[in-house]
Amino acid sequence: MSNENILEVQHVTKEFPGVRALDDVSFQIRTGEIHGICGENGAGKSTLMGVISGVHPIGSYEGTVLVHGQEAHFRSVRDSEKVGLAIMHQELALSPYLSIYENMFLGHAKTTLGILDWDDLLEQSRGYLKRVGLTDPPETIVSKMGVGKQQLVEIARALSKQTKLLILDEPTASLNDEESEQLLDLIMELKNEGLTCILISHKLNEVLRVADRITVMRDGKSIRTYDAHTEDVTRSMLIKDMVGREMNALYPEKTPNIGDPVFEVKNWSVYHPEYHDKKVVDDASFFVRRGEILGFCGPMGAGRTELMMSIFGKSYGSRSEGTAYLHGEEIHFASPHDAIKKGVGYVSEDRKSLGLILIQDVKTNISNSSLPMLSRWGVVDDDREIQAAEHYRRSLNIKTPSITQLVRNLSGGNQQKVVLSRSLLAEPEIFIVDEPTRGIDVGAKYEIYTILNDLAAQGKSIVMITSELPEAIGMADRIYVMNEGKIKGVLDRGEATQEGIMHMALS
Amino acid sequence: MADNSLTSNTMSFGQLLKKNVRSYSMFIMLTLIFVVFAVLTGGINFSPRNVSNIFMQNSYILILASGMVLVIIIGNIDLSVGSIAAFTGAIAAMVYNTGIGLIPTIIVTMMVGAVIGVWQGFWIAFMGVPSFIVTLSGMLLFRGLTYVITNVSPISLRDEGFSKITSGFLNSEALMAGDVSLLPWVVGAVLAVILVGMSIQAREKRRRKGFVIAPVSALILRNVFVVALIAILSWKFANFRGVPIVGVVLAIVVTILTFVTNRTVFGRYVYAVGGNKRSAKLSGINTELVEFFVFVVMGSLAGLAGLVFAGYMNSALPQAGQLFELDAIASVFIGGASMSGGIGTVIGAIVGGLVMGVINNGMSLMNIGADWQYVVKSLVLLLAVFYDIYTRRKAGLA
Ligand SMILES: Nc1ncnc2c1ncn2[C@@H]1O[C@H](COP(=O)(O)OP(=O)(O)OP(=O)(O)O)[C@@H](O)[C@H]1O
Ligand SMILES: [Mg+2]
Repeated sequence: MSNENILEVQHVTKEFPGVRALDDVSFQIRTGEIHGICGENGAGKSTLMGVISGVHPIGSYEGTVLVHGQEAHFRSVRDSEKVGLAIMHQELALSPYLSIYENMFLGHAKTTLGILDWDDLLEQSRGYLKRVGLTDPPETIVSKMGVGKQQLVEIARALSKQTKLLILDEPTASLNDEESEQLLDLIMELKNEGLTCILISHKLNEVLRVADRITVMRDGKSIRTYDAHTEDVTRSMLIKDMVGREMNALYPEKTPNIGDPVFEVKNWSVYHPEYHDKKVVDDASFFVRRGEILGFCGPMGAGRTELMMSIFGKSYGSRSEGTAYLHGEEIHFASPHDAIKKGVGYVSEDRKSLGLILIQDVKTNISNSSLPMLSRWGVVDDDREIQAAEHYRRSLNIKTPSITQLVRNLSGGNQQKVVLSRSLLAEPEIFIVDEPTRGIDVGAKYEIYTILNDLAAQGKSIVMITSELPEAIGMADRIYVMNEGKIKGVLDRGEATQEGIMHMALS
Repeated sequence: MADNSLTSNTMSFGQLLKKNVRSYSMFIMLTLIFVVFAVLTGGINFSPRNVSNIFMQNSYILILASGMVLVIIIGNIDLSVGSIAAFTGAIAAMVYNTGIGLIPTIIVTMMVGAVIGVWQGFWIAFMGVPSFIVTLSGMLLFRGLTYVITNVSPISLRDEGFSKITSGFLNSEALMAGDVSLLPWVVGAVLAVILVGMSIQAREKRRRKGFVIAPVSALILRNVFVVALIAILSWKFANFRGVPIVGVVLAIVVTILTFVTNRTVFGRYVYAVGGNKRSAKLSGINTELVEFFVFVVMGSLAGLAGLVFAGYMNSALPQAGQLFELDAIASVFIGGASMSGGIGTVIGAIVGGLVMGVINNGMSLMNIGADWQYVVKSLVLLLAVFYDIYTRRKAGLA
């Protein structure tokens, strides 16, 4: 490995109104390495990548960025692409209704007199797709594929741009374990072919597995860089640097106090929103008891989200069949409004398009589900609204200069905390959370687990969809395993293992 | 987290300016345009009679704009308001001619407008037909129905009482000092005290809660501006017959709608639905009902506008209201609303409407024809919206 630096960041400081997101950050990326970056939500990781890749143009920050030893003056992402940088954002940026190969060459295809030769591009795309190991035909429309495959398309796109340095901002946040493994293997392979990679992740195991060096960030500063080849780096060392204190357990202690079944779903089937005969969920039955935390595991596309959204006031699918019982009585939820009124809460996995209202502030996003409760005669009581928002800002430790900050300006993990706050404020009796800790740092995860445990201890019932098996095993009292639209089985707290769950899913 | 926030509790003047650049620049633009025309017309546009006139000539557009802003915040559009205004104007004339009096006529007309809103809102909110289509159809439908009920000829009014709603003045014999009416001064003074008091109280409340507040100088500057505006209007109205009734009507509409959008649950829902409809729905907001009610409100305001316009013309014309929808929509966008929904204010729409109104009025005073008025208005619309997009992009809100 050569020791020459492909990228050097010197004394970079970046401020947003009211926030110093980066505070005199310096670090280097060596050519050919995989460089892991860890840090709490809002530590400044995405902002730093924005500075490096021209998302934040020159002049909007202080300090210097050197690429191949030369000072960079990026005015836009295009400028950074020209010298071989590519960034894959926390949120995917593919055009959903275009095909794989169209997406790959969008914006940087070679043209003859402004005319595209699609056939030629189609041919070219095959080579790159093979390199990333994607076997789907290049004509496939990307929105029809899972998130994992879409990410492979993004990487193929980066490769087709002759990228030298690839920045991956939480690429595995919405992947399950198997897909994550594949992605990490791919990154290692590309490294052997000479690609340099920056990997941001809250999954420390992954970072430890693939990274040559690891930089930890905290409160906008780079705290320390480890060399994985010369030092013996461990999870707990990283965590200590990230949060500034020791953390012993990943999951809080709890003593389950489980009562009678509260909510039961029988023979529930959901039909695809477009293909009306296709069943997305097939004959699912489950129940949850008072004070219980239920886990729902299974690979992407198993139908877990679809099942829950369909129950939650017909929010998914063209139609559904089956019956639901609350406290033993049959119940119908005509709309999400109805479901919330009857005591069910749902937190979507897709916070940007189904959870938040990005152009509104933190306070409004938190109160949106509970306005009738926070108002008198239809007039919102600001005092109570502010109190409620401040309460959750403190108890979930939402990092924001004030509750009047627009949600779009928060870091990904802090946005997730806002969505959770909104549902918690509505005080649901049955709380359905879909990937509640996606993109959340270890410290905040622990806080969220504690909140879920507290709710359970108060006698609420929690249904948690999660793709992280350790999380399900650490938190859930019972785990339902789903695959291909069917519930494959259920495991009790004691008997659940990662292998057991995977085995059941494939049975 | 403390070490990564730089906020002290008082915003600097610069920060304040940056944050509100859009709403300030709107007022500045209006003032500037007014001054330019004052120079060009040798001060005629500033005469008491003309100031009253500006309100009367634009009242119906301003009423439409304050409803249209809600429609646009929820990401929809209403092309039918001009035709509805014609239809309801005719209804108003017919109802008034039965002799039941002005107030009952207003109530009936607004109810007819609301029913029309129910019709259109039903198709848009519950049947899922795009508002562009439903209101385009409404535009044709109500134009047709207007022709049917009027036999394509104007309906004249039984007496002068009706036109008072637009061209009448509030006045009191007791408060006359020679030719000058003191009533506007009294009303203005009360209004000024209320507004200044409210702004001080609001700031005090924010301070107590530890929110970021504007510096005292900004508070004073703002209130000076408000008081000056009220004083100028009082002075002008006092010298020309008193407070125009239509100004009072407008003030009531704007006050109610501003209150509804800022303070009520319904208003919050309107912004939520406009900001992200799917998120709003999953948060438990009955998005269909919100959309439906917005169109009902728009319908009843279109009814009021139709009545006011009939009052202005002193008869109900079958061709009334043509292109009103475009003026109302333009006002809303000049007033800072966003095409993609979720952003906009009632006050903004009013200022936007006044910008266009002042231009029209000034050019008419200069004897420039409608042809050039269109050209100038088109440029104002384009530049205002461009400026809006530009400042928003700079503030990272694009
Ligand atoms: N456009 C913006 N305007 C204002 N503040 C911002 C903006 N973008 C980011 N911030 C703030 O800068 C800080 C750093 O954010 P950043 O997105 O870099 O965090 P992160 O380390 O990527 O966190 P996460 O793990 O949650 O993604 C946060 O406090 C965030 O609120
Ligand atoms: Mg981030």
